[in-house]
Amino acid sequence: MSAIYMDHAATTPVRPEVVEAMLPYFSFEFGNASSVYGWGRRAHQALDGARDTVSKLLGAQANEIIFTSGGSEGANLAIKGVAWAYQTKGKHIITSAIEHHAVLDTVLWLKKHGFEVTILPVDEEGLVSPVEIEKALRPDTILVSIMHANNEVGTIQPIKEIGTIVRKHGAHFHTDAVQTAGVLDINVEDLGVDLLSLSGHKLYGPKGVGALYVRKGVRLDPLIHGGAQERRRRAGTENVAGIVGLAKAFELARVERLQENERLIKLRDRLIEGVRKIPFTKVNGSLVQRLPNNVNVCFQYIEGESMLLNLDLKGIAASSGSACTSGSLDPSHVLLAMGLTHEIAHGSLRLTLGRENTEAEIDFVLQEIPVIVERLREMSPLYQG
Amino acid sequence: MYSDKVMDHFTNPRNVGEIADANGVGEVGNARCGDIMKLWIKVEEDVITDIKFKTFGCGAAIATSSIITEMAIGKTIAEAEQITNQQVAEELHGLPSVKMHCSNLAAEALAAAIEDYRKNATTNSAS
Repeated sequence: MSAIYMDHAATTPVRPEVVEAMLPYFSFEFGNASSVYGWGRRAHQALDGARDTVSKLLGAQANEIIFTSGGSEGANLAIKGVAWAYQTKGKHIITSAIEHHAVLDTVLWLKKHGFEVTILPVDEEGLVSPVEIEKALRPDTILVSIMHANNEVGTIQPIKEIGTIVRKHGAHFHTDAVQTAGVLDINVEDLGVDLLSLSGHKLYGPKGVGALYVRKGVRLDPLIHGGAQERRRRAGTENVAGIVGLAKAFELARVERLQENERLIKLRDRLIEGVRKIPFTKVNGSLVQRLPNNVNVCFQYIEGESMLLNLDLKGIAASSGSACTSGSLDPSHVLLAMGLTHEIAHGSLRLTLGRENTEAEIDFVLQEIPVIVERLREMSPLYQG
Repeated sequence: MYSDKVMDHFTNPRNVGEIADANGVGEVGNARCGDIMKLWIKVEEDVITDIKFKTFGCGAAIATSSIITEMAIGKTIAEAEQITNQQVAEELHGLPSVKMHCSNLAAEALAAAIEDYRKNATTNSAS
C-alpha cells in the first residue's frame, strides 16, 4: 500500500480547485490591492470577493473579517488586540488548560505584562464547564478564550452555552475555530462569539493565511502597524493569492461538509473500534462531542515517538503527544489536563482523517498498529506480558 | 533526523530481553520523562559474557540501548565502565541534539548494572 496520510489536524493538502483559483494572483494578476490602476483594482476586487465569501460562511458582515497569516496570528491578534484595547476597563482574562499554545502562550505573555489570567481545568473528556466559566467571570474580566474543538483529542466545546454566559457578564468571547472551520456549522450569531480565528491550511487551503472575525463594535489594537490595510487593524500588503485560496477552500468544505462528515465518522469509528481491541489501550476525549476525523489513543507501556517511527516505516503518517514530539520535556499539556499520568500520556497516538482516506487504508492501519504495539511492548521494561 | 545507524538499531535492536541468571541489573530514567532503560549483565571471570536490555522510550533510547550491548559484550567490567554516553552517540554516527540529554542514558544504565554486579559480588563473597 502506498503512503497513508493520517495527520490532517496538522495540515491538509491544497485542493486542485483551490490551486487553480489562486494561480492567476501569482502571475498576471499580481497587483497590490492598494494601487489605483487596473492591476490594483482587480486585486482589490479579489479581496472583496473572498471577504464576502468568508463572512457569509460565518454569518458575519464583510467588514467584520480581518485576513491574517494563519491561526496563530489570529489568536494573537484577538487576544492581545482586545487586551490592549480594553485594559482600562479591566485586566482579567479567562481561558482553558487545553487551548492551543497560540492561545495559552499569548495569555501567559500578557500575564507577564500585568494582566491577570485564570486557566480553567477540563474534565476527563477534555470538556470545559460553562458553570466554571460563570464562576470565574469577574467585573474586570475583559476576555474569555475557549477553543471550538481541541486539536489533539477532538473534543468539541459547548461554545454556544459559554457564549451566552460571557455575553451576560459583558466580557468579550474569542473562540479558536482552527479545527472546526469547514467541519462544523459555524454561525457567529448563533455561537455568540465576538471573535473567531481560523486557518487556511487546515481546510485544504494554503498555508500562511487565515481569517479573524471581529464583531462590529469590538475594539482591537493591531499587532502589525504600518498601513491602512484591513481597516487599519492589520498592516501589510495583502496575500491576495492566499486569501483567494482560503475563501475557495472554505466554501468547498462547507458545501461538502455534511456528506464528508458522515463518511469520516464511519471511518473514525471503525478505527476507534479496531484499536480498542488492543489490550491496555485508552481512547482519549469524548466519544460523543468529537470531531468527525479525530482518533486519539494511549497505548500503555510504550512511547509515542517510537510508535510514529514504526508507523512511518510502514508509510503511515500520524502524530503523538509524547515529550519527544511535543518539543518539550513533558508530554501533551492537553492529555495531562485531562488527568492522564505522564507515563500514559507519553504513549499517545493521534490519527486525524481526511478527504483522501479510505476504508482500505483504515484496515491496513488496523492491521499494522497491533503488530507495532506488541513489538514495542515486548521491548518495554514496564510491560509484564 | 536520525542517522541510518540509529534507524538500523531501532528497527533491528540487538540483545532485547532479560537474562534469568544475570548477576548485575541496572535501571535508569523514569516514566515521567518518557525514557526507562533496564540492562541485565552476566559477568564471568570479570568479563561481560552476556548482556540484554528492555527499554521504554523513543527511537534514540532504543537505539542507544541496543548499541551499548554490542559495545560492552566481551569487555572486562573495567573496560565497560569506561564507555561514556558521548561514545555511544558517536558509535551511532551522532544523535539529534535534543536527544543527547533525555534519551542518551545507555552508559548510565550499564554503569548501574556494573555497580549492582559489584554489590552482589561483595555480598556473595561475604556470606
